[in-house]
Amino acid sequence: MTTTTTTTNTSEFYGVGADIHDTKAPSGPIEQRWDTRKFNAKLVNPANRRKLSVIIVGTGLAGGAAAATLGEAGYHVKSFCYQDSPRRAHSIAAQGGINAAKNYRNDGDSIYRLFYDTVKGGDFRSRESNSYRLAQVSVNIIDQCVAQGVPFAREYGGLLDNRSFGGVQVSRTFYARGQTGQQLLIGAYQALERQVAAGTVEVHTRHEMLELIMVDGRARGIIARNMVTGEIETHTADVVVLATGGYGNVYFLSTNAMGSNTTATWRAHRKGAYFGNPCYTQIHPTCIPVSGDYQSKLTLMSESLRNDGRIWVPKKAGDERPADQIPEDERDYYLERIYPAFGNLVPRDIASRAAKYQCDDGKGVGPGGLGVYLDFADAIARLGLDTVKAKYGNLFDMYAQITGEDPYKTPMRIYPAVHYTMGGLWVDYDLQSNLAGLFVTGEANFSDQGANRLGASALMQGLADGYFVLPNTIANYLADGPFEKISDDHPEVVAAKQAVTDRINTFLSINGTRTVDSYHKELGQIMWEYCGMERTEEGLTKAIGLIRELKADFWKNVKVSGVNEELNQTLERAGRVADFFELGELMCIDALHRRESCGGHFRAESQTEDGEALRHDEEFAYVAAWEFGGDTPILHKEPLEYEYVEMKARSYK
Amino acid sequence: MNITVRVWRQKNADDKGKMVTYGVENVSKDMSFLEMLDVLNEQLTLAGDDPIAFDHDCREGICGACGVVINGQAHGPQVTTTCQLHMRSFEDGAVVDVEPWRAGAFPVIKDLVVDRSSFDRIIQAGGYISAPTGSAPEANNLPVPKKDADHAFESAACIGCGACVAACPNGSGMLFTAAKITHLGLLPQGQPERDSRVIGMVEQHDHEGFGSCTNIGECTAACPKGIPLDTISRLNRDLLGALSKGKA
Repeated sequence: MTTTTTTTNTSEFYGVGADIHDTKAPSGPIEQRWDTRKFNAKLVNPANRRKLSVIIVGTGLAGGAAAATLGEAGYHVKSFCYQDSPRRAHSIAAQGGINAAKNYRNDGDSIYRLFYDTVKGGDFRSRESNSYRLAQVSVNIIDQCVAQGVPFAREYGGLLDNRSFGGVQVSRTFYARGQTGQQLLIGAYQALERQVAAGTVEVHTRHEMLELIMVDGRARGIIARNMVTGEIETHTADVVVLATGGYGNVYFLSTNAMGSNTTATWRAHRKGAYFGNPCYTQIHPTCIPVSGDYQSKLTLMSESLRNDGRIWVPKKAGDERPADQIPEDERDYYLERIYPAFGNLVPRDIASRAAKYQCDDGKGVGPGGLGVYLDFADAIARLGLDTVKAKYGNLFDMYAQITGEDPYKTPMRIYPAVHYTMGGLWVDYDLQSNLAGLFVTGEANFSDQGANRLGASALMQGLADGYFVLPNTIANYLADGPFEKISDDHPEVVAAKQAVTDRINTFLSINGTRTVDSYHKELGQIMWEYCGMERTEEGLTKAIGLIRELKADFWKNVKVSGVNEELNQTLERAGRVADFFELGELMCIDALHRRESCGGHFRAESQTEDGEALRHDEEFAYVAAWEFGGDTPILHKEPLEYEYVEMKARSYK
Repeated sequence: MNITVRVWRQKNADDKGKMVTYGVENVSKDMSFLEMLDVLNEQLTLAGDDPIAFDHDCREGICGACGVVINGQAHGPQVTTTCQLHMRSFEDGAVVDVEPWRAGAFPVIKDLVVDRSSFDRIIQAGGYISAPTGSAPEANNLPVPKKDADHAFESAACIGCGACVAACPNGSGMLFTAAKITHLGLLPQGQPERDSRVIGMVEQHDHEGFGSCTNIGECTAACPKGIPLDTISRLNRDLLGALSKGKA
């Protein structure tokens, strides 16, 4: 095995502060910790709940479920989303399914096994307590969703169907065709709308949070812009919850919805909330490749296609012949060659990097040479066209619709794309950030997935946090409330509002010569090139410099037309891109400091002799929680300890 | 390809609005319709003009945010969402008219952006199953015949885009309402509230200013998710049944 050898001093980019600890997770047997926490947490008398107010930003699985549940419990909830309806949050786009340790298939599944798979899948960079709770609560999620009328797939006997998902040996994934996220979100949305009708929840659609209000060390509200009128509104409450999703759009091209952004979490970070593990990004191997400069987003093709599709590239670099004119012996089925045991079904990070290497060697196919073939010719010959159609028909149709090519006749072209971000605001076991009264749930926090995420686990975490975890833990905080009412002319409120107004006026007054999107695309290219599938010390150092230059240019030369007092989509994007610049820089710094490879973070300097990821547990078994420090962020380490799962290397040979 | 687009420009809800013509050059057939609008917006921004406002988000055909009338058809010539319509559906040199959803219950906010919050209020009027969190029974204690579950799923696939309303000569939102009533009404969990649900939702639908259904079928022809017209028959049956039981 090789080890990291580096001589450059990268610590000039950051400072190191005191260690940080999660003080809320109970000790003792892991299977009792969540019950212990629930029992020891303070409660709020039902009659007092209506006197307490909660702001929840984001209406996806985590935010929508939390708003519905807290409203139902009797709290006064104000919910915010940038979309025109809470039903459109990006959770809706998740396809595959949701994991739950029900063991309906009698195949040896258990809460403990789901917990084990999650910790191992996350490459031993998540907390055992959180992962165990996630597995434990997963069972209740399915019950809850079925009661709400979520139309999960059924067996002929009327019971729930299951399937298995990548890298797992049991069938624990519940699904609703390829639209599981949609159905789960609609369930949460309907529960939310029911509370709106009951008067416990107010929903503010087309509103964007632009600042966090901190008073006397507590999060007490937000400044939001009404995206239709431009009004800068003050909303105060006893507690603030951010459920604003991931930040994959820092790469510009990703599988995220166009509006997904970091602004809420980044504004909170600037107000003191620590950002955990920002460099952990999951790259999904099977997406439709980029077709031109105009392209706005990437579309995922289900990983299940790799069960029957064979991945290959031409053996000769620069071979521009169409696929059907490349004879069999001039094709390289590289995954089958390099990983004979797993073949085309190697895990996501391995498959993604292997595709990149082929394209780096000039063997990529399609426009720009950024693609590899996913070929079903053998499967069609073996199984027949009808069988292939029955299994994958809707995916083939989707591919044909987007690319204009017929995948039954010519192989699909696929390429990896940014999919999910495991990093996010640091939270304790209660899902509270290091700022009192600021809770963070779902993909927006860092807590449960570690350095990598198992398929079908994102929906599970969103709903676990929203329906079950937060509604229990937030009560412990609110039991000390209601806190003193904050008036709109409180100096902290006035200052926060003024900061938002000044920032908007700055965007509108620069009147430069470059569009917001052109900056976003350039930032995205830097991130993809240097902080994407493979990172090196040299590349990351270069990227930090490039981002800083581009950021400075943005503030001098960006062109934002129109005015604040109307629907102004350019202005909305300008604010989000400005925050992506700062986050992108921190991601590179985090990636630079973590001189090991783990999960979605592959440092080229840290690999085994045969090119596999090499962790350094003795040095890096910690969460990197970053404190905002302008150009010099401050690193706080939260040590990770494993009592139940032995830390081992992952191998797929 | 070179395309001429004639776009509805309307500054805000109070503005009268008008069609404005723009040329877009170097359009690739692989672009989605919205990417073509992105390219046009970059041109407009650099020329100092106000870019065209339009709603969109996932660009995968599932969030339901996007939707414009293209050459008189909701979502354009293919039965799909606007984000999944590609420029290869148009000829080089084509002139394409782009307008917002046209319906009284969907007031224009700006350009191609309309207010569809009336759909949320229809859901508030009963489009849910009252299942408090934390007390749900074990999921497999309630078997659902596969046929019913599949049928419920087909209706549940509605993305709430509003194409049905825009396509309907009456501006009716009945297909949207019926899809939800069918989804929940087919499941055992949905039975206790079935009567109050249909009465509440239809009442709210009418209150929002949507037109009546006269079984023209344009809604289902334009629906990107293929919600069938028989959901509306089901709604009518449920409504008559509920009213006859005196549950109004």
